[in-house]
Amino acid sequence: MFGKLSWSAVPLDQPIPMAASGSVALVILAVLAWIVLAGHLPYLWREWITSVDHKRIGVMYTLLATVMLLRGFADALMMRAQQAVALHSQGFLPPEHYNQIFSAHGTIMIFFVAMPFVIGLMNLIVPLQLGVRDVAFPTLNSVGFWLTATGALLVNISLVIGEFARTGWLPYPPLSEMTYSPGVGVDYYLWSLEISGVGTLVAGINLVTTVLKLRTKGMTYLRMPMFCWTTLASNLLIVAAFPILTATLAMLILDRYLGFHFFTNEGGGNVMMFMNLIWAWGHPEVYILVLPAFGIFSEVVSTFSGKALFGYRSMVLATMAICVISFMVWLHHFFTMGAGPNVNAIFGIASMIIAVPTGVKIYNWLFTMYMGRIRFTTPMLWSIGFMVTFLLGGLTGVLVAVPPADFLLHNSLFLVAHFHNVIIGGVLFGAFAGYTYWFPKAFGFRLHEGLGKAAFWCWLIGFYVAFMPLYVVGLLGMTRRMQHYDVPEWRPWLLVASVGAIIILIGIAFQIAQLVVSIHRREELRDHTGDPWDGRSLEWATASPPPVFNFAVTPDVSGEDAYWSMKERARRQGTSDDSVAYTDIEMPRNSPTGFICAFFATIMGFALIWHIWWMVAAGAIGAFATFVAFAWRDHDEYVIAADDVARIDQANLAERRAVMSGAG
Amino acid sequence: MNIFDPQGPVAAAERTILVDSVAIMLAIVLPTIAAILGFAWWYRASNRRAQYQPDWAYSGRLELVVWAIPTLTIILLGGVAWIGAHQLDPARPVEGTGPPLRIQVVSLDWKWLFIYPDQRVASLNALTVPVGSPLQFELTSSSVMNAFFIPQLGSMIYTMNGMVTRLQLRADNEGTYQGLSSHFSGDGFPGMMFDVHVVSQLSFTDWASKAAGSNQALNAESYGKLARQSIGDAKVTYRLDDPLLFQAVATQHIPAAPGPSPDQQAQVSPRSP
Amino acid sequence: MATAAVAHADPHQLRGLAAAAEHAGPAPKRIVTAYGFWIFLLSDIIMFSCFFAAYAVLSGQTDGGPKGSELFDLRSVTAETGCLLLSSFTCGLASIAADERETTLFQLAMALTCALGLAFLSLELREFATLVARGAGPSRSAFLSSFFTLVGCHGLHVSAGVLWLLTMMAQVTAKGFRADIRRRIVCFALFWHALDIIWVAVFSVVYLLGAGQ
Repeated sequence: MFGKLSWSAVPLDQPIPMAASGSVALVILAVLAWIVLAGHLPYLWREWITSVDHKRIGVMYTLLATVMLLRGFADALMMRAQQAVALHSQGFLPPEHYNQIFSAHGTIMIFFVAMPFVIGLMNLIVPLQLGVRDVAFPTLNSVGFWLTATGALLVNISLVIGEFARTGWLPYPPLSEMTYSPGVGVDYYLWSLEISGVGTLVAGINLVTTVLKLRTKGMTYLRMPMFCWTTLASNLLIVAAFPILTATLAMLILDRYLGFHFFTNEGGGNVMMFMNLIWAWGHPEVYILVLPAFGIFSEVVSTFSGKALFGYRSMVLATMAICVISFMVWLHHFFTMGAGPNVNAIFGIASMIIAVPTGVKIYNWLFTMYMGRIRFTTPMLWSIGFMVTFLLGGLTGVLVAVPPADFLLHNSLFLVAHFHNVIIGGVLFGAFAGYTYWFPKAFGFRLHEGLGKAAFWCWLIGFYVAFMPLYVVGLLGMTRRMQHYDVPEWRPWLLVASVGAIIILIGIAFQIAQLVVSIHRREELRDHTGDPWDGRSLEWATASPPPVFNFAVTPDVSGEDAYWSMKERARRQGTSDDSVAYTDIEMPRNSPTGFICAFFATIMGFALIWHIWWMVAAGAIGAFATFVAFAWRDHDEYVIAADDVARIDQANLAERRAVMSGAG
Repeated sequence: MNIFDPQGPVAAAERTILVDSVAIMLAIVLPTIAAILGFAWWYRASNRRAQYQPDWAYSGRLELVVWAIPTLTIILLGGVAWIGAHQLDPARPVEGTGPPLRIQVVSLDWKWLFIYPDQRVASLNALTVPVGSPLQFELTSSSVMNAFFIPQLGSMIYTMNGMVTRLQLRADNEGTYQGLSSHFSGDGFPGMMFDVHVVSQLSFTDWASKAAGSNQALNAESYGKLARQSIGDAKVTYRLDDPLLFQAVATQHIPAAPGPSPDQQAQVSPRSP
Repeated sequence: MATAAVAHADPHQLRGLAAAAEHAGPAPKRIVTAYGFWIFLLSDIIMFSCFFAAYAVLSGQTDGGPKGSELFDLRSVTAETGCLLLSSFTCGLASIAADERETTLFQLAMALTCALGLAFLSLELREFATLVARGAGPSRSAFLSSFFTLVGCHGLHVSAGVLWLLTMMAQVTAKGFRADIRRRIVCFALFWHALDIIWVAVFSVVYLLGAGQ
């Protein structure tokens, strides 16, 4: 009846996972109870869960990312604590638990923190920057988000029911095959990622189509803000790379469920094929994450330097170059396989070539600051912190692209330090910069600056204290994923690293405090103008938060830095022309399709993990029925009358004028 | 295990490449970092002496420099990578003073088996090699992937079931060093460290003849027992009964090791107590 | 529109061009939907290319089991190919009928497409059943794993296409040729033709090359 599922799957006898998951479950139940009892459920359902508004979906993606960041960081703290104590001893985590933790940490941080964070920001901002009212496929956008959330949910269910993978964030066979990993952990991993991977693919198709086909009048490609370019590049990579992940994991699934022989030791399977395929996705994935961050830094550096981005066309070229070359370097993840000197050298050099456009980007940001007037707001601090940190990460990255150096450093903690250096220093700093920069646009009030800066300094210092020792201990020969060790020289460095993790923890505490304090003081932090930073691109041309239709009248763009030039023109002419002809606006109706689909996907995923076949069939039928029911709708749009548009817009303009004249 | 304290020519050459590459890159990274911090400070909004040119966003000459600096650096480093990848290819023969020694390595769950086919001996979890001799490793795995790595001798390499990888090293100083598996292989993975005893040619011959007289024999049967999952195995030396054992493992004539046994499975899955 | 596209492709022309070459604004929904679906199809083709790659790597790994030339029945596969190619033609007829809003012709052409699709699937399933009965199932060897996965994945796509096709027939019956339904018909047609293209690759790479080995 319930496949492999029985009560023994719940670890009632283990204090650490039980306490951790129990408290998480309690918090979730308490929040749900509060929502229902306080009568917020109808509001949530109407305005958020069923929303197809790209801004709302973007916010929900970001929220998912921040919640999962806490989960992933809790894993990181446990790993640092374990390695701090596990000299000549087993520490406090047995291997089967420690191995789940590092696997979950990597999986969560990449797929359910970094990915939703950047996709959320792209969703929120790109239509605004392009001057349009929504993305290309609003309902599919919601489906994509909810499928991503399904994946995250399944990973978290594995805490309480069964186990998670113990095979690392990329489950290399044959260890991940049924013979060597008979538990359900790998299955949780596989189905979570298959489901959320579909969600990511949907988001990618949506954003590519949006950038290529939905741009306001006059928004030619070479007038798009840099963030739109990096969004385009990143989503092209999603569309081209995620099918590879889907196919590769499908092969592993077939091996595990139906006894196929893609990657098994027996039957002629080929382990090396898994590594090639998974990294053919995995290396572009790195750029899927970091390119949007590059876009954010471009916006932030240019805005807070009060200057146009230096070398815009160079930046576009560099972005697209990275996009293409990122598909030609995957083999550098396994130089130590013994492929031969020519292969290694060619892939090593190809990997280094990516450093050229990346270096160009750094110099372009540098010259954007040159002869600027720099305001050191929190987003700008994140950006400068990024530029310095990322240079070091790039340096160690190019170093491990030199095959003979990699023969010493591969899989060591040096490598771990390297990719945290680029992912924290690049992707996460970028996400935080974007979060602070665009928060007022999304919610209508700014985040508290002082607490934001405190968080920045804790993160920056914490990062260096946590990861510089890992570089050293990697040079001392320590390899990654060690649950315990017998080499006393490693110990001091690991102790320092755990102090760094604690400093980062304080940074996270500051971020939570920043959010709470800012919500509390939202009236004094209110952004009445829609343009709190003296911005340059079109998202600042509308109110904060923007009305559901984004722009009462879609803007007509006549150059780069569209909003900046509009402001310049208004300044020159002394007045702005507010007499506009409003028209009716058609907007997509909300739809529960995404949520219901994700509901059935969760059921299917869970049933597949535990081999409950009748439930799989029920889930599949439910999901198909949902789509048919959705397709049967007669009205998928509603009209906002011109009068209403005018009323909303005039109110926003009046508010803006009131502040402007007060300030002027 | 410090890789800055190499004990053989491979490790030493790799360390040199590592240091040189870092130096080449630091030569441009450090000035760039200085410029970032310098520009950020000088062009701060409150500095009235700093020039402000809001529309200055293009300079062909600077663009050229901006593309040229990283390109030139990468051309230089690319050369280092090309030459290094060829000279330090793991399979490339290493010269030595003594006679070359063939060693066949099998990674097992979770221990290392070293077979010396010419000496007709084998050892578990300890590698004994003569100083100065070229060491010709052939490596495979009984089950899952591992990587064979002696940090102070250089070049790690994967071990994979049904495949043979090749690695050539040399140890230049007598002493005891540490080796480890540098690719995660399951629950017993951290226990896969092994001692590397680098001894004189004479002591090596002694050791080998003593091991050849061991009452423990290594053949298909005892290998089968060894291949079962276990943690914390003692260091053992064997006399090698079957000199083609490695080939049998590498060509899968001896099938891949079984993984967790059913009672172990009940224990470790879904969650061990 | 055409000049605008050229201008996008060539940045050097941009400055000199008059306002006529400027970007005209968001594309109409018909274009956006089909464009998005094209991108999906491209990503689907990338997924297939992984299975093709896996097949190429593993096709020699028979583990002592049967080779392709001992297994493939080219006559049956040719019949399958015929069904699928013909169904592409009838699918094309259905598209034309949809453009002309000819309900009867549309339903007839779609029904024919469905029948041909089902014939293809039944031939494929018969082939699979025969292979499994001969002990050449997917768990026999890596070669057969990759064969069943590649061909089976295409078969699954065809099955999904048949489900979609039936849904479209029902929608046209219930709602007529509304704009949104016509957009879906365009997407369905793209999907069906793409499956045909993939099948041509399967037929040549797997069956023709395999039978010759």
